[in-house]
Amino acid sequence: MTHLYETQKAMRARRRVALQKGVVAILDVGTSKIACMILQFDSSVQNDAQEAMTAVANHGAFRVIGVATTRSRGVRYGEVSTMEETERAIRTAVQAAQKMANTRVDYVIACLAGAEPRSYGVAGSVHLENGSVMDYDIGRVLASCDVPDYGLGREAVHAMPVNFALDHRSGLSDPRGQIGNRLSVDMHLLTISTSAIENLLRCIKRCDLELAGFASSAYVSGISALVEDEQELGGACIDLGAGATGVSVFLKKHMIFADSVRMGGDLVTSDIAQGLQVATSVAERIKTFYGGVIATGMDDRDMIEIGGDTGDYDRDRRRISRSELIGVMRPRVEEILEEVRKCLDAAGFDHLPGQRIVLTGGGSQIPGIEGLASRILGQQVRLGKPLRIQGLPQAATGPAFASSVGLVLYAAHPQDECWDFNLPLEGQGRQPLKRAMRWFKDNW
Amino acid sequence: MPAIEPHDPAPSRLKYRLERMWMTPVYRSLIRTGLPVTVVVLLVGNYLQKPEVQTRLASSVTQARAMIESRPEFALKLMRIQGASPVVAEQIREAVPLVFPLSSLRVDLNVLKERIEQVDAVKTAALFMRTGILDVQIDERIPKLVWRVNGNLQLVDDEGIRAGMIANRAVRTDLPLIVGEGAADYAAEALKLINALGPLVARFRGLQRIGERRWDVVLDRQQKIQLPTDNPVAALERVIALQNARDLLERDVLVVDVRDGHRPIIRLTASAMTELRRLRQIADEEDKKL
Repeated sequence: MTHLYETQKAMRARRRVALQKGVVAILDVGTSKIACMILQFDSSVQNDAQEAMTAVANHGAFRVIGVATTRSRGVRYGEVSTMEETERAIRTAVQAAQKMANTRVDYVIACLAGAEPRSYGVAGSVHLENGSVMDYDIGRVLASCDVPDYGLGREAVHAMPVNFALDHRSGLSDPRGQIGNRLSVDMHLLTISTSAIENLLRCIKRCDLELAGFASSAYVSGISALVEDEQELGGACIDLGAGATGVSVFLKKHMIFADSVRMGGDLVTSDIAQGLQVATSVAERIKTFYGGVIATGMDDRDMIEIGGDTGDYDRDRRRISRSELIGVMRPRVEEILEEVRKCLDAAGFDHLPGQRIVLTGGGSQIPGIEGLASRILGQQVRLGKPLRIQGLPQAATGPAFASSVGLVLYAAHPQDECWDFNLPLEGQGRQPLKRAMRWFKDNW
Repeated sequence: MPAIEPHDPAPSRLKYRLERMWMTPVYRSLIRTGLPVTVVVLLVGNYLQKPEVQTRLASSVTQARAMIESRPEFALKLMRIQGASPVVAEQIREAVPLVFPLSSLRVDLNVLKERIEQVDAVKTAALFMRTGILDVQIDERIPKLVWRVNGNLQLVDDEGIRAGMIANRAVRTDLPLIVGEGAADYAAEALKLINALGPLVARFRGLQRIGERRWDVVLDRQQKIQLPTDNPVAALERVIALQNARDLLERDVLVVDVRDGHRPIIRLTASAMTELRRLRQIADEEDKKL
């Protein structure tokens, strides 16, 4: 926990530096596209950091001054698979965004869709020494959480205190100053695989950028696509991406669960390419133009030219009906939604007071998917588009940009995480000596 | 159809880095303003370093200057001296040897004024430039005394400042004579004494400064009046009162010494002294007879 605490603290420090400079970039590394947005903060409108429970500076006044998207390369299932290719794609996006913003950025906040997120609910409690909750008691109770053994090769990216309870009163968001004997906390811990984040980190380093924060894509899509009521009363955000489908469950404005299904729109495309015997690019094109999941009688008569890019134009004039296309797509979409259903079941979504489900991401643009989803997932399904933020071009307001916009919101206004509090670390006195020893060991 | 290598939109790492550098404000301003300025300064400096360029530049500057100076609007054709006697005017013309016509831009009035004021007979000079004329207004020194010093005869005005030289005393017999080291510094006092002479004017020969501290009035018949350092005019007036009352200086007196304020001391000539002794003897004998 200590090592994690320090790396995350270092990221927070970099974020603070970036906010002082007034410019920070966000980088959404997806399977189909890489989006880079450059934010400009108005330092005169910085909210009082002490207003909130912790020292995280929140920013209300920001503006998107540069946006660039590029076709993603070298990314599979929301993870970096070919580093060189990914690095080039990141460079393309960052350079284009810099050109639009006419400024250079040094700090980026990134998110990844895949990397096998796992959620843990952790609890901790502590006896209050002087009858009321002081600032350091928050740190103490967070430090007292018994962190599960999430295994080697995994890294915690989010550790958010979701709920505080004081004696018998639960559901407190800020217990400071209140009187009680025993303070307990429920914390949501999200871990992802270390190798995925390290690969991304290396790509970013090779672009001369520094990572000032990291978020899970499922989480940030939830921030941007769920409205406040849904976040408060309980809602799930399904981000249908190209390589991975993110699932995040929100309650009381906190994420309480996140997962990702390693299936997405790319699988649908490859199904079409295989089933109809066309090239991937053609399959992608007919999916976006004519795709659907609910066939009607009209679709039998709706013929689609799928002439392959074989060079033999005379003979390759194949045509299929739209219902055939739907027949190829629907099973795969159903499969993805079934997997999502399993995730939600694992999260105990049925027990939430509100069960709103919001579909977002590029895959949610398939016509009729909300009908299919309501059959599989539950009654209250809607399509979600990301929130409007200032300076965002029209082209980047679609559901495919849900996680990018969410990352912007996350960069401007992060929720309190465990590392934003001052944890009392054991053996703090010996720390410098230990650190010096470690430095020697690392360097010789 | 042959597979066409798809165009890679990614910038090379060098290009990416250069572009980021270009977006850094410091580098940007350095390259956009610093670099051209440096290049221009270097080029100009290199060009100006050549000696022939420098001489050409200098000659063109002087030519331009000469062209402006030689314009008729700036020409001075003559010097008009006002308020000076012809002799002094001639001296002034000798002191400032200007060759006319002359450009007024080449004339430094302050230097000219200084030089003209170095002429003895000139007290102050005021110079003006009219169109074509250099106007010199002279305030002449008026000689009041002749001062003989080191065998020369100098004319001195009432402030004791030299106003000219003369070859012999006969030229200016109208001016009184003073002699002695440092006499001219007390010209004002000397003039006051001379004004106070009254009936002695006819017999006055000159004033002699003794030991650079006091005056002797020298009269004819080698008579002298020795005056004190302080307040000599009053002492002289007392002697004149004596003269008026007793005709003191008509007698056989060599020196009247009034340096002591309480009483005058008189030195007689040798013959007067023997005569006095003889008369006293006669008087003594007559007293015995009685």
